[in-house]
Amino acid sequence: MRHDQIYMDYNATQPVKPAVRDAMIEILAAPTNASSIHRLGQRARGHVEHARADVAALIGAKPAEILFTSGATEANATVLRGTGLDRVLVSAIEHPSIRNAADNPLVVPVNRDGVIDLAALDRMLAEIGEPALVSLMLANNETGVIQPVAEAAAIAHAHRGLLHSDAPQAVGRIPVDVRALNVDLLTLSAHKMGGPQGAGALYVRDGLTLSPLLKGGGQEMRRRAGTENVAAIAGFGVAARLAAEDPGFGARMAELRDRMEARLVAIAPDIAVHGGNVARLGNTSCFGAPGLLAETALIALDLAGIAVSSGSACSSGAVELSPVLLAMGVPETAAREEIRVSLGWMTGQADIDHLVESWATIWSKARR
Amino acid sequence: MTLADTTGNDLPPGARIVVAMSGGVDSSVVAALLANQGYEVIGATLRLYDDGALKGKAGSCCAGADIADARAVAGKLGIAHYVLDYESRFRAGVIDDFADSYIRGETPIPCIRCNQKVKFGDLLEMARTLGADALATGHYAKRIAGPNGPELHRGTDQSRDQSYFLFATTDDQLSFLRFPLGGLPKSEVRRLAKQYELQVADKPDSQDICFVPNGGYAAVVQKLRPNSVRPGKIVDLEGRAVGDHQGIINFTIGQRRGLGVAGGEPLYVVALDPDQDRVIIGPKAALARDRVNLTEMNWLIPVTFGETLTAEVKLRSAQPLAAATLTALAGGLATVDLDGAQFGVAPGQACVIYQGDRVIGGGWIQSAERRSLAAA
Repeated sequence: MRHDQIYMDYNATQPVKPAVRDAMIEILAAPTNASSIHRLGQRARGHVEHARADVAALIGAKPAEILFTSGATEANATVLRGTGLDRVLVSAIEHPSIRNAADNPLVVPVNRDGVIDLAALDRMLAEIGEPALVSLMLANNETGVIQPVAEAAAIAHAHRGLLHSDAPQAVGRIPVDVRALNVDLLTLSAHKMGGPQGAGALYVRDGLTLSPLLKGGGQEMRRRAGTENVAAIAGFGVAARLAAEDPGFGARMAELRDRMEARLVAIAPDIAVHGGNVARLGNTSCFGAPGLLAETALIALDLAGIAVSSGSACSSGAVELSPVLLAMGVPETAAREEIRVSLGWMTGQADIDHLVESWATIWSKARR
Repeated sequence: MTLADTTGNDLPPGARIVVAMSGGVDSSVVAALLANQGYEVIGATLRLYDDGALKGKAGSCCAGADIADARAVAGKLGIAHYVLDYESRFRAGVIDDFADSYIRGETPIPCIRCNQKVKFGDLLEMARTLGADALATGHYAKRIAGPNGPELHRGTDQSRDQSYFLFATTDDQLSFLRFPLGGLPKSEVRRLAKQYELQVADKPDSQDICFVPNGGYAAVVQKLRPNSVRPGKIVDLEGRAVGDHQGIINFTIGQRRGLGVAGGEPLYVVALDPDQDRVIIGPKAALARDRVNLTEMNWLIPVTFGETLTAEVKLRSAQPLAAATLTALAGGLATVDLDGAQFGVAPGQACVIYQGDRVIGGGWIQSAERRSLAAA
């Protein structure tokens, strides 16, 4: 494994921020069970509650509305299993932890820009005629396209339903306020904001009760059994605080990303930037150039020391075309060419330069 | 002989070489040899088909467990390794052709199509795009620098020689290819695998056709072309029905077993008639052919159409060489006049042309006949 790689796959996971790592290492030096009565346990409880406050503050919630989980997948599963609503509607571009975990969901289409069709959502809810759970991500992991979650919440509520938003990619990159969005449930993940893997959270609006996914001990106010992952949760809290302290982060990323895309388009004018016409996360760029397969571009960039990804490839080698792009009506050939560059807290202009130059070399070879 | 000699490598130190790693011992040793010689080795394993139905099948390559083996070897060697999804290309370029060929009454060799279209086609192009200087494989064949460019020769280990399967390699492809095992006996390759502590050192050799489980090719064709496999009559040379069969795909020219026809003299499949779904059988003498017509010729020497040349040919992979006079024709065709009759020449197989150890060309067998009859 090379350690001199330029990492541009922040939507997959991120390097842990030093302050997060330091806090975690310190906590890991002592036994930490937040349910224990002794002073070590009390200290552990302190770490968890401190983190809960920091995570809540980042999204404008009350600490009691934050439920810690092992990650976003568990938080999403808790929502899908726990609301008591039988009917579930999901957008066509949801993450697999929603798409593949919901029981017979109704799929709400997106338009060519990758934005949910709200009129269709309204129509579908009207046809169902009973309260339903709507799950709509806040920002797409592949294209970065930001979804009209507040509008969707209003529609869901008008039909007496609930709105859940899977938001790991959005939190920390755009301002997220659960009151303004008026969501009932919202999923967060630590490792998409420079925190550790193994910690996630679910915002559960005050007054809403979910049946627990994991039953057993009385942790998390009886909402989630299992010993808290104290060090990871504390790291999550630090990451949340750092994100809250840096409101300009998304705009800085967008500046880097937009310069990058402009240069790529100058090199290959027929490059397709998916979701490029609408509001996106500043750190995400999803593009493809006709004739350059994602598989080839990914490997060539890796050999040039740049780590990126593609929604249409996985490590087992089986290319499964990106369901997100297909849902947007992107033709199969173009979907095969899609690569995702996602920037983050360590990305600088020099990295962008290296990416653009490397991509230009690959592009010229592929076109021969 | 040093390793550098055996691999015949002419690239400067640090050159980037893509190694096609199947997960077997041969290509694993290629990767180890080149990595140890200081090249920047990039392992590429092709995912060629969904192995769901074939899971756990030993002695084949390029799916599930073999991908894991290739990955483990690459990890051991500390080289970059990627798994490439070539399933649709393999299906279009190799498997479909394999099925269609059997339906036409031929006996195809998918391994050659795979080399021609997938490995030396798509993978080689990708290696070029990745900025590689060469693509190396574990084939037992030699690429030797000649006065007019690289030449394709038989592997030193005659029992392992795979040059027959490489005849369709073009000059352009050959210039980019390397076969580091061409000068090594298999025993030495296994020894090297142990020396490099590769976990595949004792893995069985691959057998048969990778996507066909345990030699049951007919079932594969049946599955791919269910409406094209029809029962029919087994007839003798005079056209008299002597038995029934479940589809001509179950037969190859020269086949003797499994005809279900009793008789004094041993009987062989002499011809397959896809139009009337007939299997024509006869005595061995009826198999004799001394003129073979080739198509899709790949010449690895300069030829002039209409002129003849003498050489030796191989009409099946496991057959000994036969002396012949060849005539290159326009349109990718050629005629092979054998010095002595051969028995069991099957359309769909390859005819590979040798001068000494060198492969000078080859083509696909389109038809075979008797010169004496053709002249009459």
